[in-house]
Amino acid sequence: MRRGFLVIATLFLKASSLQRKRAVLTVAAIAWGTVAILMLLAFGEGLRHQMVKARRGMGENIAVWWSGETSKVWQGLPEGRRILARLDDLDYLRAKMPSATGILGEMTSWQTTLTWDSNTITGRVTGANWEYGELRHHYPQPGGRFFNAHDERDKRRVIFLGNQLAEDIFGDVDPVGEILQVANVPYLVIGVMQPKLQMGTYKGPDEGGAVIPITTFAAQWSRRWLNNVVFKVAEADDMPSAREEFAQALSARYRFDPTDEQVTGLWDTAEGGKTLASEMRAFQIFLGIIGALTLLVGGIGVANIMYAVVKEKTREIGVQMAIGAHRSWITGPFVLQGMTYTLLGGAFGLVIAIVLVLGFQAVPVEHNEAIEFLGKPTLSVEIAVVTAALLGFIGILAGYFPARRAASVDPAETLRYE
Amino acid sequence: MNWPGRTKKNTGSSNGHIIEMRAITKVYDTGKIKVEALRGIDLVVDKGEFVAVVGPSGSGKSTLLNLVGCLDTPSGGTYMLGGEAVAGLDRDQLADVRNRRVGFVFQNFNLLPQLTALENVEMPMLFGGIGRRERRRRAMEHLQRVGLGERVEHKPTELSGGQMQRVAIARALAMEPDIVLADEPTGNLDTGSGSDVMSLLSELWDQGRTLVVVTHDSTLAARAGRVVEIRDGLVVGNQRAVA
Repeated sequence: MRRGFLVIATLFLKASSLQRKRAVLTVAAIAWGTVAILMLLAFGEGLRHQMVKARRGMGENIAVWWSGETSKVWQGLPEGRRILARLDDLDYLRAKMPSATGILGEMTSWQTTLTWDSNTITGRVTGANWEYGELRHHYPQPGGRFFNAHDERDKRRVIFLGNQLAEDIFGDVDPVGEILQVANVPYLVIGVMQPKLQMGTYKGPDEGGAVIPITTFAAQWSRRWLNNVVFKVAEADDMPSAREEFAQALSARYRFDPTDEQVTGLWDTAEGGKTLASEMRAFQIFLGIIGALTLLVGGIGVANIMYAVVKEKTREIGVQMAIGAHRSWITGPFVLQGMTYTLLGGAFGLVIAIVLVLGFQAVPVEHNEAIEFLGKPTLSVEIAVVTAALLGFIGILAGYFPARRAASVDPAETLRYE
Repeated sequence: MNWPGRTKKNTGSSNGHIIEMRAITKVYDTGKIKVEALRGIDLVVDKGEFVAVVGPSGSGKSTLLNLVGCLDTPSGGTYMLGGEAVAGLDRDQLADVRNRRVGFVFQNFNLLPQLTALENVEMPMLFGGIGRRERRRRAMEHLQRVGLGERVEHKPTELSGGQMQRVAIARALAMEPDIVLADEPTGNLDTGSGSDVMSLLSELWDQGRTLVVVTHDSTLAARAGRVVEIRDGLVVGNQRAVA
């Protein structure tokens, strides 16, 4: 056993200094395949990150409820009744929904005139509870803030602007501290939202709207009913029980069948997030298969060259057999050679891919939505392991089949007269 | 692989025969046609003999040599090499037998082109499991003995035909085999180199080695102690040289 290992190692070292030009081409083919698979997987990973991030742009693990209309008769009450939640339902819901970590209401006014200086535009104004900033990911840019519990309690006329809306009204001027006329009522601008990726929306992107305390909104527009109820859970797994609690609480208060999904139906982003995760995983597998096929072509190149070497060396193989080489001592060096070419190519490919990834990460992508959504290619341990396993597998195959042909050489046949 | 009964150097059987072939046949089955290359050969070679095998092309000389050298196995008959039955050995066991008992010299030298003369001579010892240092020492010794002590680091392409054949002979001797088999060793050489190689072979015989040489070359055959003539797969002549 030990003798065999020594023989194989010695023969391998003697043989590998040969065929330099071929070796370079082969290694290049494998390197290219490796770069292809690594970059595809890295872009897939980057895209997945961005999609998950964009999905969370609206808020993580939240559910959004609109109003509803009953479709079932319940306790003598007819179907077709409109169910609207009101501002004072929120405390009731908070008490009845222990699974939710946050519950808030929204009132919305579309086409509201917003005036500053000589600029007037129409925009969307939402009245919301102060928790909205955290729950719906409205994070302020430096120098500003979202409104707080005091603002809400005191019905202060403060307004928080989406970054696009702020730019449309104020241009280059810093809006914080300015007075904005909202439907001819003056409001103090207290913050502008940080730009964010947002995929889902139920009334238009957050960057294009403004938010004020819900109490202030109710006072100015004399509104009591809510356009939306939004609640959040800590983990996606808590969502089903929170939804059940919501249906029970609301149906008890407004007297409808709690199983009436025409009323209780809502937008559950936790569920959507799970779907997105599996979709992205499938997409990554698809990219991985394309990369693996590219790598396989490189592996076929290695095998091809190894076949040529075996053919060229048939006589030498015959001589080695004649002077006492075991079969595995003939095949061993070929398998090693195939492995070496493959792994060497893989190593080069990895280096190139790392350089490319670092290069892409250095390119600024702000203000280009397509590239921003594509994200930055990202290499992960998972990707490295998958690629290494593929390389090893292809390397063994690329060496094994030519080696098998080498072992089938009949010394008596090859050493005959030419 | 180690099987003590076989690896033990057992130079010749009790009766002193190195090669003992009885009723050897070899049939090549190419599917449709069966070719009988050997049709019942009896051949006995004793330790220290120099036997030349002669015969026209297609007579079965090379087939016989392949069988003697365990590169191939006979279709029928019994073959004892150094008192050891060759029948029934697997490929790796046959390789071990070739490695320890047989030294090959080919018409076209068959040196490994990427290796130096020294490395070529070391190769059988590498397969024989001999340590690195000992390999080097013995390879140097053999190369000096064939007069190539100055050219050990040369590759085959840097050597003349005669020199290549001498390297091949040094390689054949590396494992101190029971028998040296040469297939037309002078066939690719000019007259001068050819006679050098012949002298070298005669010298080996004088040192007590056993040689079997297949040749067309009557000068070489004339140097042998015995000439075996093959025709149509049968031994038709077997005469000792008159000293």
